[in-house]
Amino acid sequence: MTALIDLKNVNKYYDDYHALRDVNLEIAQGEFFSLLGPSGCGKTTLLRTIAGFEAPSDGSLHIAGANMNGVPANARPTNMVFQSYAIFPHLSVAENVGFGLRKSQLSKSDKIKSVEEALDMVGLNGFGGRAAHALSGGQRQRVALARALILKPKVLLLDEPLSALDKKLREQMQSELRRLQRQVGITFILVTHDQEEALIMSDRVAVMFDGAIAQLADPQTLYKRPRTRKVGDFIGVMNFLPAHVTDPNKITLDVAGLGTVTIAPEQAPSGTSSGAAEIGIRPEMMSILFEGEPDRGEIAEATIQDRAYYGDMTYYDVHLKNVPEPVTISMKNIIGRPVLEVGETTRVSWDARSLVLFAS
Amino acid sequence: MLVQLVGMGAPLAILNTESKKGLALVGAPLGYVVLMLAVPLAAILLISFWTQDFQTFDTTPTLNNYREAVTDPLYRELLFRSIRIAGLVTLVTVLLAFPVAYFISFHVAPERKSLWLFLITIPFWTSYLIRVFLWKVILGFNGVINSGLQTVGIIDEPLTFILYNANAVVITLAHAFAPFAILPIFVALEKIDRSLLEASQDLGENRVSTFFRVTLPLAMPGVVAAVLIVFIPTIGDYVTPRLVGGPDGLMIANMIQVQFLRLNNAPMGATLAVIAMLSVSLIALLFVALNRRFLRGSR
Repeated sequence: MTALIDLKNVNKYYDDYHALRDVNLEIAQGEFFSLLGPSGCGKTTLLRTIAGFEAPSDGSLHIAGANMNGVPANARPTNMVFQSYAIFPHLSVAENVGFGLRKSQLSKSDKIKSVEEALDMVGLNGFGGRAAHALSGGQRQRVALARALILKPKVLLLDEPLSALDKKLREQMQSELRRLQRQVGITFILVTHDQEEALIMSDRVAVMFDGAIAQLADPQTLYKRPRTRKVGDFIGVMNFLPAHVTDPNKITLDVAGLGTVTIAPEQAPSGTSSGAAEIGIRPEMMSILFEGEPDRGEIAEATIQDRAYYGDMTYYDVHLKNVPEPVTISMKNIIGRPVLEVGETTRVSWDARSLVLFAS
Repeated sequence: MLVQLVGMGAPLAILNTESKKGLALVGAPLGYVVLMLAVPLAAILLISFWTQDFQTFDTTPTLNNYREAVTDPLYRELLFRSIRIAGLVTLVTVLLAFPVAYFISFHVAPERKSLWLFLITIPFWTSYLIRVFLWKVILGFNGVINSGLQTVGIIDEPLTFILYNANAVVITLAHAFAPFAILPIFVALEKIDRSLLEASQDLGENRVSTFFRVTLPLAMPGVVAAVLIVFIPTIGDYVTPRLVGGPDGLMIANMIQVQFLRLNNAPMGATLAVIAMLSVSLIALLFVALNRRFLRGSR
């Protein structure tokens, strides 16, 4: 498999600010790829570098085998959906969608037809004659999508396209984008700071911090096996407990509050050495042991410090012996389960397979 | 129908306190405008239908002045020349102002923009009259340009086409009105979302075609505003043609002044003023209609 997009040792400096640090990335044809990270992590800079709006300070970028060094944005096989959508206010919806067709060889009637098809694809048929400023946020987004997809790019770049929409519309557009991507088979690169969005939509996710890729993996690996504490903390919620590796070969460790456990090699970084370390565990990987429910193998005593009732779930902050920070546990509110009060003592249960070891 | 009658019967009673407050606020400026603008305008309009009878007016309403103004080739020539010169001034001013506004909006760092705008207003620090005189010094027979070019040896005889003709009027007015054109165009350019320009490039247009397909159409309201702001006052300008225009650069305002003060024919002057006003209104309306067409698309 040759990569559609191939970045090698890409660096970007703004004066003495290092915006991209040695980015190496291969993205395959037809992939839904996400760049995820907090604001200022360089994800948008990376996207704009691929689009041609920023030139890398050093390193190389190839798209479909062609070196993009010095190739301006208007000559690249990429199209972009901007965060602000960038709908031309002086043009109608149809004129916006057909904007990029000026130089195409299509006849006038074919252009009109392809504009109609593009509007149809994003569920806006019949909107062609509307003025661009008369559209709602969701409709603008669709126009921006149609405008980019009509040119049949090799790569569609999406710069936080859903951040301006309200929650309901955002969820609807997430599944619609996914459907659209499968339908057209074009590589999508999505920039987002919303980890949930990245997990839902992507085939693979690159998590970025401070201009560098911290981890590149599929959503499940990313969630289950974050490579660093920072990644684990950024994706979802994770509890961190101090630990001490006693046997680096069998990977046996003493974990504060949980006691001695042995974990599998894939749960630990390669080359684990003995000494101080840290383990991470997700809230849903631990459970409060209610009367008559099966345990998960390991058990510890705990006191409820705080609780938050979410309707479908209850989140408990529990105190474990020898653990400085409270540990968060999430429990589904199924029939027959009580909601515990602050101060109650209980037992918590977990499975050693759900632990992740981080070198400290 | 009944409701209408009731409403019309008591227009003051239905005025709520809000409207009264509003009336109180606009009352003073409204009175000022009526006194200083509407009354003189009405007077001019009225006098234009009268006839001068030595020291007094013959107040019998007549259209003779209008007939004369339309048929006399001198008046016609002056009016057309005024429109031509004002049009030329507008064209030159806007064409020169656009690059300046574009430069400030797109190539000056945001924190420096207000400094640049401030610098552009520097010519206003001296009086209009003095600036016109300065142009006389620059463009004159022994002026800066001629003596400079002669010293360097580019020309042997002083250039005569730059002073005391229509060219001098255009040069002087274009300079005087430049800031008035730069500012509205600058504002229109500032309002353009920069991501629109990137979107255009992303969709295959280069910088030049992006300018013509995105930047210029979106800047059009500013350009039309600049055209109106420059065109309307220049067509009636009186000082500049008087000082640097020579006989061929005189405009309709100079003739109006001559009619009122030299020939003692106020009705004829009033008639010419009304005709000039109507011409300006007509052309201005045309541009406003044009502007509306451009505004329709944008917010």
